[in-house]
Amino acid sequence: MSIRSHMVLAASAVAGILAFAPAQAQETVKIGLILPMTGGQASTGKQIDNAVKLYMQQNGDTVAGKKIEIILKDDAAVPDNTKRLAQELIVNDKVSFIAGFGVTPAALAAAPLATQAKVPEIVMAAGTSIITERSPYIVRTSFTLAQSSTIIGDWAAKNGIKKVATLTSDYAPGNDALNFFKQNFTAGGGEIVEEVKVPLQNPDFAPFLQRMKDSKPDAVFVFVPAGQGGNFMKQYAERGLDKSGIRVIGPGDVMDDDLLNGMGDAALGTVTAHLYSAAHPSAANKEFVAAYKKAFNQRPGFMAVGGYDGIRLIYEALKKTGGKTDGDALIEAMKGMKWESPRGPIMIDPETRDIVQNIYIRKVEKVDGELYNVEFATFEAVKDSGKTKK
Amino acid sequence: MTTLFTILFDGIAYGMLLFVLACGLAVTLGLMNFVNLAHGAFAMTGGYICAVLVNNSGWPFFSALPLAFVSAALIGVALERTLYRHLYTRSHLDQVLFTIGLTFMSVAAVDYIMGSSRIFIKLPAALEGQFDFFGVGIGRYRLMIIVICGLLTVALQLILSKTRFGSRLRAAVDDPRVASGLGINVPQVFAFTFAFGCGLAGLGGALSAEILGLDPYFPLKFMIYFLIVVTVGGSSSITGPFLASLLLGIGDVAGKYYVPKMGPFVIYTIMIVILIWRPNGLFGRTAAR
Repeated sequence: MSIRSHMVLAASAVAGILAFAPAQAQETVKIGLILPMTGGQASTGKQIDNAVKLYMQQNGDTVAGKKIEIILKDDAAVPDNTKRLAQELIVNDKVSFIAGFGVTPAALAAAPLATQAKVPEIVMAAGTSIITERSPYIVRTSFTLAQSSTIIGDWAAKNGIKKVATLTSDYAPGNDALNFFKQNFTAGGGEIVEEVKVPLQNPDFAPFLQRMKDSKPDAVFVFVPAGQGGNFMKQYAERGLDKSGIRVIGPGDVMDDDLLNGMGDAALGTVTAHLYSAAHPSAANKEFVAAYKKAFNQRPGFMAVGGYDGIRLIYEALKKTGGKTDGDALIEAMKGMKWESPRGPIMIDPETRDIVQNIYIRKVEKVDGELYNVEFATFEAVKDSGKTKK
Repeated sequence: MTTLFTILFDGIAYGMLLFVLACGLAVTLGLMNFVNLAHGAFAMTGGYICAVLVNNSGWPFFSALPLAFVSAALIGVALERTLYRHLYTRSHLDQVLFTIGLTFMSVAAVDYIMGSSRIFIKLPAALEGQFDFFGVGIGRYRLMIIVICGLLTVALQLILSKTRFGSRLRAAVDDPRVASGLGINVPQVFAFTFAFGCGLAGLGGALSAEILGLDPYFPLKFMIYFLIVVTVGGSSSITGPFLASLLLGIGDVAGKYYVPKMGPFVIYTIMIVILIWRPNGLFGRTAAR
């Protein structure tokens, strides 16, 4: 090769680099994803992380000319960690969104930071009503416990269940579930015959279940955090409550798709109200479930859907702002947004920034040898009654 | 009335379970004077080994139980030979720091290997459900716990009080120098005792999965219960922790049934009252050694 051709090569290489430079300068939009990836809530974190990955595989990692970069941090559901991580992400990594939040205290811990930094906080899991009221920059794509608990309260009162004993975990979401259920169930003419709050770290349900059994209700209303549902159902069957005709009702957390098959046949016939079932009979959901199963070899639960819709919300908001990451503009863009989620039609309430969605009444049935929550009634466009009451 | 007996039965089963889980700790803490806060980690190991054998390899539950014991004991002896024995002469603070570190490592390791979801051991159908005994609901699984744990307690008591090994152990604990002068192989006795304690924990872990749930946080969640049992029972014998476990088990279950609002605190109240009354535990030695 002559010297000249070397020069040409070098020149073209330089030109190439220059031509490439603007493409490299293409900005990235960073999203801080704070999830419990270890600890008792890790299944929530894993589902959401999976769902986000799945959405990005399906829809690419560029939106409105910007590259999306996810920075995943594990807070183990400890609010102190959440706060520190959120701060790091906002200050050091300059993220445009913080997202995730497995439990209510974690979502609340990050709220003041979202307000101060004007960074949208997308809540993909935590379910207490108050969360979205703690910062004008919080938008939620999961659910509130009020949504499902009021609906199951109404349903129970209208469907021949007169006396109910309640068993709820003694922490904010448990109390939310209990209060909203009680309010609607008693308004519909039902009676609460027994009310037991169990400690969050409860090892053994035996004495509480015995109390349930002795109060002879038509049904037991249960809310325990995802993960303990299996223990509860096993001991419910051990004590023969299933055979004594006491039904189990509740918000759907107890019957998470994640855990359902581990519970065994004791779970059959349980009626819960919830936002999502892997058996939801829509084309969008069938596609979602199939893709999720293929990618991660397990069934998606309601937490996965919260994450899937959360990342979609971020994508759509960026499209609307043309890639601008100004916090106020993004929040404006998200308000009132509507789309078809795997769970059915959903909308971000423009006033409360909380999710409006269908709540389904489902019954645990065996389909192809596996347990599923099969939906049989739909309450459409349910708002969070925790706020509409004000 | 029958409810009272059902509660009593559940309480006894719960107490027995606490005893099997905690008595290994009573042995290391009381007899060997070693603070082993990693005790729960051995229990968890036993539980997970049993779960893997039964759920993944299709072993019958009853043959997986002894293996949970043996494997926890083997891991115990391996750790005793390599790590623990260097700490026998160190201060209690060193022992606490070391074993709590070990506990955290075990939590992280199990979380990494097995995942953090709660798992269940597939039980044989014969152990599921309750049967009716003169109106008292008897859970089959809980009955099995009472039988196994009852037999274990008797065996343990006999070994400690009647056998040659038992007297060697007691001698080795009271004065290791004189004991070794008499020809007792003190390190060997300690290693064996430690392994046995770990084995019991492993068995307890396997038995408790059904009732307490099994996840990587097991050692941290139940450490407090083990410590309460040993504190209340006093740590110089097996009888003390045994009675303490029963008392706490029944108290805990009855408290949660009769005063559910107070439920979780009953066990602590019992502990406080007993410790005010007898600061060294129910059967503790009153005089210093």
